[in-house]
Amino acid sequence: MERESMEFDVVIVGGGPSGLACAIRLRQLAAERGEDLSVCLIEKGSEIGAHILSGAVMEPRALNELLPDWAAQGAPLNTPVTDDRFMFLTQSRAVRLPTPPQMENHGNFIVSLGNVCRWLGTQAESLGVDIYPGFAAAEVLFHDDGSVKGVATGDMGRAKDGSEGPNFAPGMELHARQTIFAEGCRGSLTKSLFERFKLRDGVDPQVYGIGIKELWEVQPDRHHQGQVTHTIGWPMDTQTYGGSWEYHLEDNLVSIGFVVGLNYSNPWISPFDEMQRFKTHPAVRETFAGARRVSYGARAISAGGFQAIPKLTFPGGLLVGDTAGFLNLPKIKGSHTAMKSGMTAAEAVFDLLTTGDKAGKEAVEYPTRLQTTWLWDELYRVRNIKPSFHWGLWPAVAYSALDTYLFRGKAPWTFHHHPDHESLKPAAECQPIDYPKPDGVLTFDKLSSVFLSNTNHEEDQPCHLTLRDPTVPTKLNLPVYAGPEQRFCPAGVYEYVGAVGSQELRINAQNCVHCKTCDIKDPSQNINWVTPEGGGGPNYPNM
Amino acid sequence: MKILVAVKRAIDYNVKARPKADGSGVELANVKMSMNPFDEIAVEEAIRLQEAGKAGEIVAVSIGPAACQETLRTAMAMGADRGVLVQSDDEVQPLAVAKLLKAIVDREQPGLVICGKQAIDDDSNQTGQMLAGLLGWAQGTFACNVTPEGDTLAVKREVDGGLQSITLKLPAVVTADLRLNEPRYVKLPNIMKAKKKPLDTFAPADLGVDITPRLKTVKVAEPAARAGGVKVADVQELVAKLRNEAKVI
Amino acid sequence: MTALVIAEHNNQSLNAATLNAVAAASQLSGGFDLLIAGHNCGAVADAAAQVAGVGKVLVADAPHYAHALAENLAPLVVSLAGNYTHLLTASTTNGKNVMPRVAAMLDVAQLSDIIGVVSDDTFVRPIYAGNVLSTVQSTDGIKVITVRTTGFDAVAATGGAGTIEAVAAQADAGLSTFVGEELTKSSRPELAAADIIVSGGRGLGSAENFAIIEKLADLLGAAVGASRAAVDAGYVPNDYQVGQTGKCVAPTLYIAVGISGAIQHLAGMKDSKVIVAINKDEEAPIFQVADYGLVGDLFKEVPALCEALAK
Repeated sequence: MERESMEFDVVIVGGGPSGLACAIRLRQLAAERGEDLSVCLIEKGSEIGAHILSGAVMEPRALNELLPDWAAQGAPLNTPVTDDRFMFLTQSRAVRLPTPPQMENHGNFIVSLGNVCRWLGTQAESLGVDIYPGFAAAEVLFHDDGSVKGVATGDMGRAKDGSEGPNFAPGMELHARQTIFAEGCRGSLTKSLFERFKLRDGVDPQVYGIGIKELWEVQPDRHHQGQVTHTIGWPMDTQTYGGSWEYHLEDNLVSIGFVVGLNYSNPWISPFDEMQRFKTHPAVRETFAGARRVSYGARAISAGGFQAIPKLTFPGGLLVGDTAGFLNLPKIKGSHTAMKSGMTAAEAVFDLLTTGDKAGKEAVEYPTRLQTTWLWDELYRVRNIKPSFHWGLWPAVAYSALDTYLFRGKAPWTFHHHPDHESLKPAAECQPIDYPKPDGVLTFDKLSSVFLSNTNHEEDQPCHLTLRDPTVPTKLNLPVYAGPEQRFCPAGVYEYVGAVGSQELRINAQNCVHCKTCDIKDPSQNINWVTPEGGGGPNYPNM
Repeated sequence: MKILVAVKRAIDYNVKARPKADGSGVELANVKMSMNPFDEIAVEEAIRLQEAGKAGEIVAVSIGPAACQETLRTAMAMGADRGVLVQSDDEVQPLAVAKLLKAIVDREQPGLVICGKQAIDDDSNQTGQMLAGLLGWAQGTFACNVTPEGDTLAVKREVDGGLQSITLKLPAVVTADLRLNEPRYVKLPNIMKAKKKPLDTFAPADLGVDITPRLKTVKVAEPAARAGGVKVADVQELVAKLRNEAKVI
Repeated sequence: MTALVIAEHNNQSLNAATLNAVAAASQLSGGFDLLIAGHNCGAVADAAAQVAGVGKVLVADAPHYAHALAENLAPLVVSLAGNYTHLLTASTTNGKNVMPRVAAMLDVAQLSDIIGVVSDDTFVRPIYAGNVLSTVQSTDGIKVITVRTTGFDAVAATGGAGTIEAVAAQADAGLSTFVGEELTKSSRPELAAADIIVSGGRGLGSAENFAIIEKLADLLGAAVGASRAAVDAGYVPNDYQVGQTGKCVAPTLYIAVGISGAIQHLAGMKDSKVIVAINKDEEAPIFQVADYGLVGDLFKEVPALCEALAK
C-alpha cells in the first residue's frame, strides 16, 4: 500500500511533558542559533492533554529552566503546596508519620498535569512546533541500514474485520532525521524498539504501578487549598506496595488517587476496588461528604527507577520521559524528570543535527549529558527504596529510612527488580477479596467511572487489544488465575461471559482508557496493546 | 454556485457536560471542544457537491471566541476554501447568529447555505430556519439528501414517521441531519495546507448587528435522578399498568 | 394575554402531539387559541374545537398550507402574532421547521423544546442532550416556543367548546414545493423518532434470539434498539445502539429487555417518559430507573407479553 509521506528534522511521538519540553527546547535552540529546524509532534489523544493523567504535585525545577517566565505566561501552576501530611492507615485509624524528605513539597505546586500540558502545547505552537493531536503513531519505520526513519500514523476508517470502510484514509509516513519517542509509561512503539535494538540488555526489568485517579468537587468547608496528603497502609496488605494521594487544588477541586504496585501476587486484587474501598476510610471519606465526583481515569507509571533505565538512544532516535522510566517513585513525581530528559535530549539532538551529520546517526551525547544533570543524581539516590518493598511494608519503611538518612542514597549496593507479570500466584493459593458494593455516592462501579473519563473509540475498527494467542484466556488466565484481567483493568474492558464452564473472554475495547496495565500485568504477556484510531481513548478534562 | 457553511465550536460529543456548582452555566474550562458534529456533516456535503462539480467556492463561517479559528481550520482541512470568523467573546444566541450569518451572506452572495440541524450544546435547532426567514429564502431542514437541479434544489427531509421530498428555489438554506453523509477523516497534509488558507475576521459591530441576548439563563442544573418505580408480578399486570395507569399503549 | 398553539395535523385528524403543546399553553396564565392551517381541513378544525380549554379555532384553508411548508406557514403565523403573547407548537419535525422562521421574522428569540413552564416568561428546557436542564427567561414581547411532548401530559381531546373562525390565507411564497412523502408504514420507525422503542441487551444471547424483540416491536409499532453490549456481541448492527456513543432517545415508552443498564445506556434513554425493564437479575441497575420492572426470564416473559398485547 502506498502511503503519503512528509519530511521533518525531528518527529516527536507523544504530547506529554517530555515530548512537549523536548519540542520547546529544540525550537528555542533553533531560534537562539539561527537554525531552521522543523519539529513535528503527534499525539494520539484528541487534543493535547486528553490522555494526560497525574496526581499531580509538580516540582517546577525543569519548568524554571525551560521557560523561566512561566508565571508571567500564564502557566496553570496556581496552587502552591502549603501543608504536607504523611499518614499510615489501619482499617479504622490514621496515624500521622514524619514526612519522608522525598515527599516534602515545599516550593511545589498542585496542578492538573493535563492543563499544564495544554499550556505547554500552546507555548510549543507559538515557537513553531507543528502539533497534530488525534494522530497515533502506529508503526516505526526503518531505513535499509536498520536505523529509524520515522513513524507511520495509523490508518483511519478500517472496519472491525480489518477491511477498508467507506471513509478509509491510510496512515501517513512521517520521516525525520531524529525520531523522539515520548510515549509515556509502557509506550507501544518503545516496546518494539526495546526488542529491536536490545535496549534493555543488562538493565533491570521495568516495574510498574497503576494509578487510579478521581477528581472531586467538594463542599467549601471540606476544602483546604494547598493541602497534600499521602497515605500508606490500609487497604493494602503489608505484602502489596500501594498508597494514596489527596491533593486540594483550586476551585474546591480535590484530586484523590491510589497507586498499586503491579508486582502484586494475589490475582484477586482489583486496584480499582482498592481505590473505592480506600475512600471509605473514616479519615478519608469526611472530605467527600456532599461532594460530587467530576472525573475519573487511570494510568500505569514506571516504578523501576535508576536500575531499570534502558539504553536511551539508537540510530535515528531516542527515548524521553516515562517511556524510558524516569519517574521518581519515592517522590511519586515524574513530570519534572520527564521534562528534564526531553530538554537534555533536545540539546543533544540539536547539536547532532546542526553539526552537519546525516540522518540515522545516534544522539549518544544525550545519555552522557543526562548523567551530569540533577535528574541522574536524584534517581540514583532513591534507587533502593522501591525494591526494598519486596520485603513487605515495615522492613521497607525501615530500610528506606536507613537508606535515606544514613546513606543519603549512596549505599554501596543496588537492589534489583523482578518483572511484574511473573508475580501472580494461582488463584487457588490466594484469598479472594470481598470488596464492598459501590454505593453510588462515594464509591462507584467501573462503568459509571469510565463514563466520567469521556472515553470513546470509533466502534467499527479492529480491536486494539490484541491477543498473541487467543486461547490463552480460557486455557490459562481463567482456570489458573481466575481471569485477573477482569480485575486489573480499571475500565471494564475485559469480561468473561457465558455460562460457567463455557466462559469466554470478551474485550470491550471501546472502554479502554489507555492505562497499559493489561500489557504489563497479563501473566503470560499475551495481551499486546497497540494504538487504536487516533483521537480515541479518554478525553480527560482537568486531570 | 458558492456555498456558505456555518460551523460552531461546541463541547466535544464525547465529553459529558457538567453544570457549574453555582448553576451559572456549564463547566467548559479545559474541556475538549470540537466542531459541532452536524456542522461537520454540513461541511462534508458542501465538499461533496464541489467534488461533483455542482458547487464553486466553499466559505466556512464561525461565530464566537478567537478559538473558533481552530474550527474554521478544521473545516478548511476537510476542504473548505476559506474561512470567515465573526469574533465575539460574548454569548451569541441563535437569533443573533442568524443575523450575523445574514450579514455574511449579503457580502458573499452564496447560492446555498448549509448548516448543521442543531448544535449539540444548546440543542436549539433554530439557526438555519432563522437565517432562511431573515433572508426570505427557502429552507430544507433535516436534510438526508440534497441534489441541485438547475436553479432548484431537491431535498429529502427526515420527518416524523418517514421521509419528505421537497423542491426548493435557490438560493436556499439547508440544515444537515445525521444521515446526510459520513464526514471524511481529516488528513495530516491537509491540516498543514489549511493553515495557509485565507481567514477573515469581523466583529459583530463591523457587520452592524446587535447581538444582545434575548434569553436570560436563570440557572442550569443536572436533571433530578430518575426514581425507580414498581415491580410488577407478571405480564398481565404490566399490560394493565401500561394501558390504564401510564396510558402509553 | 393569550397564547396561540399551532396545531399539527394531516388535514384529516389532529396529531396527538398538539394536545401536549396545548398542555404547556394551559399552564400559562391566559387562555389559548388553536391555529389550523391546512387544506380541506374542516374535520381537523371540528376536532380542534373539542380540545379541552380551547378559545378560538382559527382556520386558514388553502392549497399551499396542505403540507405545512415553513415558507408558507410562517408568514401566516406572523400575520396573526400581533394578537398573542405566546406562540407554541409541539417539537415535531414540522414544529421545529416552522417556528424558528416565525421567531426570526418577528425578531424574537425562540425557546426550543421546553419541558416545564416556570412562569409566563420563564421555562425549563434540556440542553446537552438532556444532561443539563436550563431555566431561561425571555425578554421578548412574544414568546415563541416549541414543546417537548414527553414533558407535558396531553390535555383531553374532548370537552372543549371552541369557536371556529376562518382567517385569511397569505399568498403562496413560491419558494418551495412539496413533492412526496414516504412514510414508513411497513417497516419499523426510526429509533430517533419512534414513539415506542423495544431494546434488547446481552441477555438475548444471540443474533437469532433478537427475533423475539422484533416481534414485540412490531406488535407495538415500535422501533428496535439495543445496548452497546448487544451491539458489541454482534447481535445487531451499530445503528441499533442506544446510549453514549449511539443515539439518545426519549420515546413515550421504552422497553428494555435483557439490558442490565450500564450508565452509558441509561444516559441514552433516561428521558423516556415511561421505562419498562424485563430482566432476570433483580439487582440490575436498569430497575433503578424503570417505572415498571418485571423480574423474570425474558424468553418466557417476552412471548407472554406479546400474547397479552395481542388480546
